Amino acid sequence: MSTLTTPRAEAGIRGWLKALTDRLTGIELAQAGKQLLLPMVGILIFVGFWHLAAPQVNTSLGTFPGPAQVWEQSGQLWQEHANQRERADKFVTMQEERNAGILADNPDAKVKIRGYPGAPTFPDQVVTSLITVLAGFVLATVIAVPLGIVFGLNHYFQAAVNPLIQIFKPVSPLAWLPLVTMVVSATYVSDDPMFEKSFLTSMITVTLCSLWPTLINTSVGVAAVNPDLLNVSRVLRLSFWTHVRKVVLPSSIPMIFTGLRVSLGIAWMVLIAAEMLAQSPGLGKFVWDEFQNGSSESLSRIMVAVLAIGFIGFLLDRIMLMIQKKVAWNE
Amino acid sequence: MTKPHLELTGVEMAFETPKGSFVALDNLNLKIRKGEFVSLIGHSGCGKSTVLNIVAGLLQATKGGCILDGHEINSPGPERAVVFQNHALMPWLTVYENVELAVQQVFRKTMARQERRDWIQHNLELVNMAHAANKRPGEISGGMAQRVGIARALAMKPSVLLMDEPFGALDALTRAQLQDSLMDIQQDLNNTVIMITHDVDEAVLLSDRIIMMTNGPAAAVGEDVHIDLQRPRNRVTLADDPVYVCYRQNVLRFLYEKQRKLESIAPRRVEKPAETSAGKSARLTAER
Repeated sequence: MSTLTTPRAEAGIRGWLKALTDRLTGIELAQAGKQLLLPMVGILIFVGFWHLAAPQVNTSLGTFPGPAQVWEQSGQLWQEHANQRERADKFVTMQEERNAGILADNPDAKVKIRGYPGAPTFPDQVVTSLITVLAGFVLATVIAVPLGIVFGLNHYFQAAVNPLIQIFKPVSPLAWLPLVTMVVSATYVSDDPMFEKSFLTSMITVTLCSLWPTLINTSVGVAAVNPDLLNVSRVLRLSFWTHVRKVVLPSSIPMIFTGLRVSLGIAWMVLIAAEMLAQSPGLGKFVWDEFQNGSSESLSRIMVAVLAIGFIGFLLDRIMLMIQKKVAWNE
Repeated sequence: MTKPHLELTGVEMAFETPKGSFVALDNLNLKIRKGEFVSLIGHSGCGKSTVLNIVAGLLQATKGGCILDGHEINSPGPERAVVFQNHALMPWLTVYENVELAVQQVFRKTMARQERRDWIQHNLELVNMAHAANKRPGEISGGMAQRVGIARALAMKPSVLLMDEPFGALDALTRAQLQDSLMDIQQDLNNTVIMITHDVDEAVLLSDRIIMMTNGPAAAVGEDVHIDLQRPRNRVTLADDPVYVCYRQNVLRFLYEKQRKLESIAPRRVEKPAETSAGKSARLTAER
């Protein structure tokens, strides 16, 4: 690398660094170092270790991919996506032209508009996964928060339901999946379905596995409202709904959000497993298909998916944290 | 003396504990006139808070009852506003919104929007907290938060203002400041006030009447002293006023001679748990 850096570029970097250090005081520098430099160092060490260790691992599909191969494959996957897009655009324009032609001949003719039949690319799968996980997570929230409030408000309810929660909480998505699949196929019968069955199956599995942390945290948060505040509410004679809306809910928002963040993390983890097993479109299916495909590039492509899954999970958590900081009063 | 404004008759309060019934109050009788400032004083665990909670309606007496302006009290209500020891402001609402919550609830039907706004502002000004209207309770000091707690209670236009050791958690200087403010406000509004306190000086300085309670269990009214001191009162000049000193000694004598706590003699282990569990069950019942 050093041969590539020209003296001019080097001087530029030095000047930039000097300007930067001049601006920052010692403390700020230490802070910036902690926040930026150390993580960078950690990542670099990891990549270096990966680069050295990967070629040592031999599989039937060749050696384990190093960082370079994975980088190359991620470019490849993007290229495939771009190509696919182009073809899809062409397909649409062709179809429109043809339909326009038919309509010009016979204005009453029924024209068919077909979607592009090409296979979904990696970014398409990411988008599908995101939509599924968000749908499942939203459904879980819509169920868990009101239920948690009810359980938190009523001791008897809580005592009655607690064992059920404790039993269902540790159930793996893989155990739910066959049941959900069968129930969805049996009950969701429609000639013109609004959702794919596979989408519903993975979404419901995500919901079943991810609603527990939110449910538990909400009920704990609701049960732990400061007794003085409850007395204020009683002195003011707040109606039940006003009491829930103005005292109970805001008071438990921090706990609810902690639960929601854990839930979203679980939802994302569960989704990949569910998609893999259910063969429903998404990142999980991508991984499984690559595994079945078994080409020399498969492992690198799976590794791209692994990194993407991790990165998206991290981003989702950050987004939740941002929302929490906006909404919660104790942040 | 005309018909009493607030009357407690034969009040008994028993808490069910695993070790059996714990009688906190036994046959407590008390009559309070309109506009009177009454302090309840006594050793901790003597049931002062229980009396206050019964008047507030947060607890139900097991025997006897409490009548305010001819109506029996059996549930909490804004006409008996409570100032809690630890301000009990909603931490997610601003100072203004905390008072607004109360005003909205009590005067939703009787005041127009602008009128309510002025009323909230007026009460904040009364306790000198208008400047912090947009701050959250976490951003102001304990003394300031307690002022807002008082403003919230006053904003309900209560016929009785109940204060549960309102200044107990504050440092001495802040406490003195708040006592002076409370005296000024009381001078203007002439509210009926029942205040619980541990502080002998506070009781004598603020009250028209001091109710000294006997030690629990089965506590009742021990002595009832009228404080005939000219208002406005000034803590500095009163400090060596012989009448003031006499009242003060009166209370001290009651607390430390007649009702001296025997805690140091009786083995602590036996007495304490009974008290705390009773206190806890009081809390729990209050929560429901």
